[in-house]
Amino acid sequence: MITFLVSAISIATVLLFGCVGEIITEKAGHLNLGIPGIMCMGTAGGCLGTSLYMGIANGNPSWLLLVLFSLVFSVIFAAATGAIYALLTVSLRCNQNITGLAITIFGAGATDFLMSFVDRTHFDAAGKLISSPLPFAKNLGWFGEIFLGHGVFVYIAIAVALACTFVLNKTRVGLHLRAVGESPATADAAGINVTAYKYVAILVGSGIAGLGGFYYIMDYIKGSWENASIIEAFGWLAIALVIFVLWKPHLGILGALLFGGCYIVAFVLANVTSTQKEIIKMLPYVITIVVLIVTSIFDDKENQPPASLGLPYFREDR
Amino acid sequence: MDNQQKKQAQVKKEPFFRLVKRDTLPVGKVILIYAIAIVGSLLLSSIICSAFSDKNPLQFFSSLFGGAFGSSRRIWLLLQDTALLLGVAIALVPAFKMKFWNLGGNGQILVSCLAAVACMYYLGGKIPDFLVIILMTVTSILAGAIWGVLPAIFKALFNTNESLFTLMLNYIASGLVAMFISIWVKSGSGVLYPLPNGHFPNLFGSKYLLTIIVFFALAVLMFVYLKYTKQGYEISVVGDSPNTAKYIGIDVKKVIIRTMIISGALCGVVGLFVAGSIEHTVSTASANNMGFTAIMATWLAAFNPLIMMGTCGFIAFVDKGMMEVRSAFGFTNDSIANIVIGLVYFCVIACSFFITYEVKFRKPEARSTKTEGGKPL
Repeated sequence: MITFLVSAISIATVLLFGCVGEIITEKAGHLNLGIPGIMCMGTAGGCLGTSLYMGIANGNPSWLLLVLFSLVFSVIFAAATGAIYALLTVSLRCNQNITGLAITIFGAGATDFLMSFVDRTHFDAAGKLISSPLPFAKNLGWFGEIFLGHGVFVYIAIAVALACTFVLNKTRVGLHLRAVGESPATADAAGINVTAYKYVAILVGSGIAGLGGFYYIMDYIKGSWENASIIEAFGWLAIALVIFVLWKPHLGILGALLFGGCYIVAFVLANVTSTQKEIIKMLPYVITIVVLIVTSIFDDKENQPPASLGLPYFREDR
Repeated sequence: MDNQQKKQAQVKKEPFFRLVKRDTLPVGKVILIYAIAIVGSLLLSSIICSAFSDKNPLQFFSSLFGGAFGSSRRIWLLLQDTALLLGVAIALVPAFKMKFWNLGGNGQILVSCLAAVACMYYLGGKIPDFLVIILMTVTSILAGAIWGVLPAIFKALFNTNESLFTLMLNYIASGLVAMFISIWVKSGSGVLYPLPNGHFPNLFGSKYLLTIIVFFALAVLMFVYLKYTKQGYEISVVGDSPNTAKYIGIDVKKVIIRTMIISGALCGVVGLFVAGSIEHTVSTASANNMGFTAIMATWLAAFNPLIMMGTCGFIAFVDKGMMEVRSAFGFTNDSIANIVIGLVYFCVIACSFFITYEVKFRKPEARSTKTEGGKPL
């Protein structure tokens, strides 16, 4: 039971990063289907940073510097990929769905390509270091194991989600961002720099999402690497999660846990057949569809996607 | 402040450049812009590929073309790939014209492929082959149509977001495939080997020809359907303005549901051919991501089924050519193909901007505030 919860929290972290990143982007009115590709690129960047630092550290790495190095590289790579999306959809006003899909194809390919050049000799050690639990977790029994036994990125994810809720709902910046996503023309008339808000939201959202992929590789599977397709799948699940939690980052924490649990339960349950496992693995998607339908039936104003989601904004359009 | 001064203040504030929406661009210019984008992106790709190996850009192009057209077998395969992609593209186009974002092509192909393979698995060898093929056709088209109509029903009734609905159905479809494989394959290897029954017949001794003819014919039919029939007209009205459609008495809900049945059923035909004519088995990768690739193809072709023959051909060409480049340049994984395809997409997507908008720079001697494109303030 404890191992199940610990694993569920780990998978939840991957999804939470992606989900919060996508929420920020969607709040600016951009349905970013490139998130899977961006998460892949975040992985590639983080792994590159890790490999560079492990080279510099020469067998004696410090925890703090390793985390900082990989975090910065991961965010930069993911945000750079997000910048391509932002350039195409904000400045050049291209179709968001098409651009997003192209980003995903490109991101997954580029990640596989880059990873074949990354030196992974020290990844085992780096993975252990990054996923090392909080220092006092051991003394607290099962409580410590479940809640405190994770690598630092789990807590970063939760902090980011809570901070994101706060910024969106309690600050002027958040109000402006929501205005941009709901009605860019109104926001523009109110003197808000729509283009700047969109760019910043997409870059920040992409940077956050990228950490999800990196966390999965470096913390959850401790630095082993096969290919980008698993991270891509997590990316799509993260986009589903955005709908499931009704564009609310703090609900994302619980939603991610539920999705993570559904994902992991198939691997943990011992006495189920492989057929039953496949059925359980479908559950998160079925749940998402049900939520999608239910929210659309009740048509509650609070729980709808941003009104201008997916539409380009051109000031001279009427 | 008198009028003169006001005018001058406005002139000073005029930005360095601004955007104006174009009316329409002559076809020749549109083609030229796309050609520049495609050639430019391929040149960029050739430089990138050469940078990571000891080959030069010229060898990139020779491998690219060699991989696609190098032998008669390669040309047949290229045509077959084009035909399948075209099949998915014509399936998606009525939905997209209606502004219904069917991102579920992959799922619709997978379930129909699964349905066809189920017929082959359970009935193959027990009843005559032609009966198996008929049953495969019926079940797979039905499966695709059901997978397509589900999100349409909810879109019509409750305005449920269809792009996310269809996206989720992709994963459920792939889960169903994994589930049935786990039932059928007792060893637990997760791989279903090609089944011996229910193969489509060869046409004039070629196993590729039937697929190619069917989908190119369907593309022509789709062109006629969209352009010259009442239903095609209804689709474009619903897509352009649902309110207009309502006012002139079109039943919008009916159109959405009907169109998605067609869309799903056509994806079903693709799944049928993947199962019956090409793979004779099913895996979670059977859709080969065509549901997404075809979105690019339809969009690049401006939703015209005839132009889609060209765009699908081009995408299949890059795909096949890059496989050759990959082996010739000694890249260990096939990801380089995705990078190049991604780059081509970026360039082509970006150039759509220059077709829709015109960039106007500030005139050096800023006398008049009135410009040709925009309305005077």
